[in-house]
Amino acid sequence: MSTSPARIAGSAWGRWPRYRHQIERVHARTADPALTAASTWLPWGNGRSYGDSCQNDGGGLLDTRGLDHFIRFDDQTGVLECEPGVTLADIITLCLPRGWFLPVTPGTSFVTVGGAIANDVHGKNHHRAGSFNDHVDGFELWRSDGSRRWCSPQENSDWFAATAGGLGLTGLITRARLRLRRVPGPALAGQSRRFGDLAEFFALSATGDRAYEYTVAWLDCVGRRRGRGIYMAANHAQADCAAPSGRPLSMPITPPVSLVNPLSLAAFNRLYYHRPSAEQRDAVWHYRPFFYPLDSIYNWNRMYGPRGFFQYQCVVPMDGARDALDALLARISRARGGSFLAVLKVFGDRPAPGLLSFPRPGATLALDFPNTGAAVLALLDALDDIVREAGGAVYPAKDARMPGAAFRQYFPAWQAFSDYIDPRFSSSFWRRVMDTET
Amino acid sequence: MKKTVIVGATSTIAASLAREFAARGYPLLLAGRRRAQLDILADDLTVRGADQAAVLELDANDPDAPQRLLAEADARLGGVDICVIAHGTLSDQAACEQSVDKTLAEIQTNMLSQVALCTVLANHLEAQGSGHIVVLSSVAGDRGRQSNYVYGSAKAGMTAFTSGLRQRLHKSGVAVMTVKPGFVDSAMTAHIENKGALWAQPDAVAKSIMRGMNRGAPVVYTPWFWWGIMQIIKNIPERVFRRIRL
Ligand SMILES: Cc1cc2nc3c(=O)[nH]c(=O)nc-3n(C[C@H](O)[C@H](O)[C@H](O)COP(=O)(O)OP(=O)(O)OC[C@H]3O[C@@H](n4cnc5c(N)ncnc54)[C@H](O)[C@@H]3O)c2cc1C
Ligand SMILES: NC(=O)c1ccc[n+]([C@@H]2O[C@H](COP(=O)([O-])OP(=O)(O)OC[C@H]3O[C@@H](n4cnc5c(N)ncnc54)[C@H](OP(=O)(O)O)[C@@H]3O)[C@@H](O)[C@H]2O)c1
Repeated sequence: MSTSPARIAGSAWGRWPRYRHQIERVHARTADPALTAASTWLPWGNGRSYGDSCQNDGGGLLDTRGLDHFIRFDDQTGVLECEPGVTLADIITLCLPRGWFLPVTPGTSFVTVGGAIANDVHGKNHHRAGSFNDHVDGFELWRSDGSRRWCSPQENSDWFAATAGGLGLTGLITRARLRLRRVPGPALAGQSRRFGDLAEFFALSATGDRAYEYTVAWLDCVGRRRGRGIYMAANHAQADCAAPSGRPLSMPITPPVSLVNPLSLAAFNRLYYHRPSAEQRDAVWHYRPFFYPLDSIYNWNRMYGPRGFFQYQCVVPMDGARDALDALLARISRARGGSFLAVLKVFGDRPAPGLLSFPRPGATLALDFPNTGAAVLALLDALDDIVREAGGAVYPAKDARMPGAAFRQYFPAWQAFSDYIDPRFSSSFWRRVMDTET
Repeated sequence: MKKTVIVGATSTIAASLAREFAARGYPLLLAGRRRAQLDILADDLTVRGADQAAVLELDANDPDAPQRLLAEADARLGGVDICVIAHGTLSDQAACEQSVDKTLAEIQTNMLSQVALCTVLANHLEAQGSGHIVVLSSVAGDRGRQSNYVYGSAKAGMTAFTSGLRQRLHKSGVAVMTVKPGFVDSAMTAHIENKGALWAQPDAVAKSIMRGMNRGAPVVYTPWFWWGIMQIIKNIPERVFRRIRL
């Protein structure tokens, strides 16, 4: 059935900025998408990127949610071939009962395989497993000239490196082959430890990251003791653990003002730090609360009110990481902006598979801030200054505002990458960071 | 392990329903017009647990469609326990008003082809003494409205036909279920802009069809609140109804 493309808001997770797009559904992986009317196009996964890297203001989005078919799964080897609109949650539902799990997972299971490839996403096991594309055997890339090529680390390896972390700009991924990892079941076992400052964090991380596959820390960036937090570490384990009960909650409406403000932040952070389960030597978690704590509240992003919010995730090299992180936290507490959830982790040393991959050796800090307009933008620019000075980088998947000059410093391969961009593809993010005025 | 045949298997709603069957391990025969898409579905459903997923290229409007379907089900699955009839086209009402041929073609696809399939299947299942026929009708069949009465009257025909068939087959242990979806976000409705709160996703609709089948429901409105909406629409007095735009 031929359908005229619908116009809807293809909003991103941060709910700012919000553009309207022409939407074209991709119906079948074997058929060429019709790139009509709009001048440029961008694949759309599930809109779990926060800013404008999954938007294309004035252009079109290729909605890939209909490309959600599995192609084959070998439960002896764990090799899974599927279409790019399959979500990580779909994969877990299918494969966990057969003893397999994702080799790398971000903090939400509601992302698609295409989105995970295009942002080369990372998880709590980066120090062991690298990023998502380290476990991708290959994928088929469709280009607007009608060509299709299989890209893998061996075949068309330059296209593989450009497309892994390539922000959807090199063409449409139409199918992918992943290598899953064996697990004994849904449980994780490990520990949860309070730390009083960044020095203690790095000490815990140095030993913990050797013993545990998954490690991550939550930081209190509101309290007076800067750098205190909770370090969590776990391995897949054979253990009894009940699946979380109850139906997911939902944020049914957008409140007129942000519910995240200095008061609620202070209260939340204090409670979170002092809750009894923050210190546990023999913790057992079900994978869902461990990996995806926010997936049980649908539309939690609405709590920031109609103006949305910003995420900010940076990485700074290990050498000098403590000072840089301390400077970032000091700057944030001075702005009294707070952050509802601040997450800290040490990345491993493995060279990233993509030209524009974000993960690199160092310590990574992720924060979110309600959109308070000029005030928060000034704060984020100040954070950029610290990250640039330290020789770090900021994550495009979570960005809606980094200056072009900062991007080009963070991702020096951008020029080599540009040769691989499909002439009919573009994004709001890309036009923004390529603007040489900034 | 119920042997399940789906006509119009490329339909968005049917594809979601097929995933429910696959998760339960049912062997499937997928019948439809687009071979490439049927193959994509068959691979997907096999990975999802279907005992097997065979495909049959079939135009429901072909006169020998019912016989070919039954023969293929016998050959590939060794019989039929469940038959889902999901094919359909959302008629272009304005074009139909100007063309008898178009109108009759819509009635052919949305009613007559289904009547033929149901008749042949009913006799087969009646002889077998068990089975489940599931027909996707629509809330549009509950009352003819000027905006889509060609489509609506075909659906009304199927609602009445399946109601009678249900009564007839009750004593032979064959169940017949009439499904009446409301607005569903599918390929059929992809061109409609600004889908509001009344719109449902195909996977939710598929789950409710599955629940209806499990409890042996005769008629399922999905989502459920359409039952209430249609009670109101059916009860608007004719003298008022005539004058409003619906
Ligand atoms: C709660 C939460 C936690 C998160 N935690 C993490 C984390 O721990 N680590 C991390 O790395 N990220 C994290 N993220 C970010 C998220 O994983 C990425 O933004 C991810 O890429 C989103 O995937 P998506 O399917 O929603 O794709 P979208 O956001 O819709 O698109 C992302 C990019 O993929 C491209 N794309 C999508 N499909 C295709 C295709 N078929 N072919 C080519 N390009 C395609 C798009 O063009 C776009 O550039 C988190 C996000 C949320 C909301
Ligand atoms: N979506 C709604 O809002 C809604 C509401 C109420 C009822 N329904 C009913 O639900 C059923 C499924 O619809 P859907 O929403 O899933 O729409 P859909 O995705 O458009 O599915 C309709 C399918 O019917 C197939 N078909 C049409 N004519 C055929 C023929 N002669 N032979 C074989 N197959 C044929 C089409 O196959 P091709 O791929 O070959 O074109 C298409 O895949 C339909 O009966 C529809 O009327 C839908």
